[in-house]
Amino acid sequence: MAIALSRTQMQRGRWSRVVPFLQRLSPAAKLSLVIVFCLSLPLIAPRWLAPYDPTAVAPSEIFQPPSARHWLGTDQFGRDILSRLIYGARNSLTLGLVSVSLSVLISVPLGLAAGYYRGPLDAVTMRVVDIVMAFPGILLALVVIAILGPGLTNAMIAVGIGEAPAYTRVVRGSTLVVREQSYIEAARAIGTRDYRIIKDYVFPNVIQALIVIATVGFAVAIVIGSSLGFLGLGAQPPAAEWGTMVSDGRNYLRTEWWISAFPGATIGMVVLAINVLGDALRDILDPRLR
Amino acid sequence: MVRFILHRVLQSILVVFGVLVIVFLMVHLVPGDPAQVLFGDAPVPKAQVEEVRHALGLDQPLPFQLARYLHGAARGDLGRSLKTDRPVASDLARAIPSTAELAIAAMALAVAGGVFFGIVSASSRNTWLDSGVSILALLGISFPTFWTGLLLIWLFSVRLEWFPITGQHSLRHLVLPAVTLGWYAGAILARLVRSGMLEVLGQDYIRTAWAKGVTKRRILAWHALRNGLIPVITVASVQFGTLLGGAVVVETVFARDGVGRMLVLAILQKDFPEVQGAVLILALAYSFSNLLADLFYGFIDPRVRYG
Repeated sequence: MAIALSRTQMQRGRWSRVVPFLQRLSPAAKLSLVIVFCLSLPLIAPRWLAPYDPTAVAPSEIFQPPSARHWLGTDQFGRDILSRLIYGARNSLTLGLVSVSLSVLISVPLGLAAGYYRGPLDAVTMRVVDIVMAFPGILLALVVIAILGPGLTNAMIAVGIGEAPAYTRVVRGSTLVVREQSYIEAARAIGTRDYRIIKDYVFPNVIQALIVIATVGFAVAIVIGSSLGFLGLGAQPPAAEWGTMVSDGRNYLRTEWWISAFPGATIGMVVLAINVLGDALRDILDPRLR
Repeated sequence: MVRFILHRVLQSILVVFGVLVIVFLMVHLVPGDPAQVLFGDAPVPKAQVEEVRHALGLDQPLPFQLARYLHGAARGDLGRSLKTDRPVASDLARAIPSTAELAIAAMALAVAGGVFFGIVSASSRNTWLDSGVSILALLGISFPTFWTGLLLIWLFSVRLEWFPITGQHSLRHLVLPAVTLGWYAGAILARLVRSGMLEVLGQDYIRTAWAKGVTKRRILAWHALRNGLIPVITVASVQFGTLLGGAVVVETVFARDGVGRMLVLAILQKDFPEVQGAVLILALAYSFSNLLADLFYGFIDPRVRYG
């Protein structure tokens, strides 16, 4: 092996690993990747994609079924469903991204420190995690919403805090395994400081488990976020958000089914795609979790 | 065994205490003055706020207030609703049966369905049946409960008119909510049972059973199932928690007057004592089910006790 690789060679090395990685994905996982990619497009510029203003009320256009004019129909205020879905993608996916980032930011330092140092710090952290996890599923997010009040930003914080304990458990669990490895002992033997060991040796080896749980967590965050929207505790009207849109149409199921159907199907499709991707990632990155 | 039970019960007591402290602190964590928070957004004369502050003991030191809250909670006194002035405990007493009925029915469906489909799918690995179960499970995990609920309402209540849309007075009212809620938990269990069974079916003692001519049915039901089911108990108890959380959404979809619906309405109305009561009951129910599952787990799998 050549010891001195040029910078371009190293970069090519990194990119050339992406292609075989993609090839290892199953057809379903590839399709999921495409779906997630397409639905992320509105994140950048919904204005270019949406045919109408998502909040424009048009009394003459209410309850229009899907047509050439309104591809997915209009709701009880005459707002274009497709446009609202596209703008809603931004709200719903941002909620997922922000809350997952928040969970990661809370859980990584806590989990690494608890798992690496063990002792009283670990005991206290894990007891607190136990207590917080006694509020299952959406309940912890509801507690945070009750404290902060309803709203999209608060929903992001609520979901982020609500899912953090589960992340902390995973990070700590992986850290416990890594800290017993002989390369950590070697690092300690040559006098590396704890901070550097955690940053350079432990963290990179925890990151795979973190990626797996963050992917699944992204799907969970979208579900909980849209559930909060559905309950009227997340994004507030007239903002377009997928869960809120489903709730808008629930009284018109009998005749104007499209109001709820399209946003609901979109949430289901995104979450399904992310879950399929998460399964594929887990099989590749961390076969032990299978 | 006694040591294990004692340890586990102590741990539960610690968790319950922590839950009580968090629920108590909720009012104090709201940005602003707790006494004012209790009035919501309504403009109230300052003297009246002071009066409430004194009456509820909010002018006393925090640890003292906590002791008072715990003392009240221990006697079943969870305060009064700010909107209706009814005792929170009596509102809860009215709401709990509906939620309990829903949670138990959903859990029964989830366990029965999860175990059944898990076994079917493991014993016919890589066939269309296996794929069908996997897809059904993936849909159950991915669709948010409010969406599954609306789909079921649309199909079975609006189109086919088999079941009533909302309400909670008969067994027929219970079917759709229980299926909605049970599908998710059942999907997770089915996947777990499938992988657990596949692992067990690869073991030596199963091959021995095949070799001595045991029938397939008996191998599945007798040799494999017992060991494949062990992890199911833990996950089922975790799923029971998710299910209690999910009840909040499902009760809203189907307009059932349970604890979850009570919680959502209370949050929207800023009725803090009601929020605290509902959160407390759901968290306690979950802690209790976890304790039972762990004890049962320790009972059937000795490794847990000495682990």
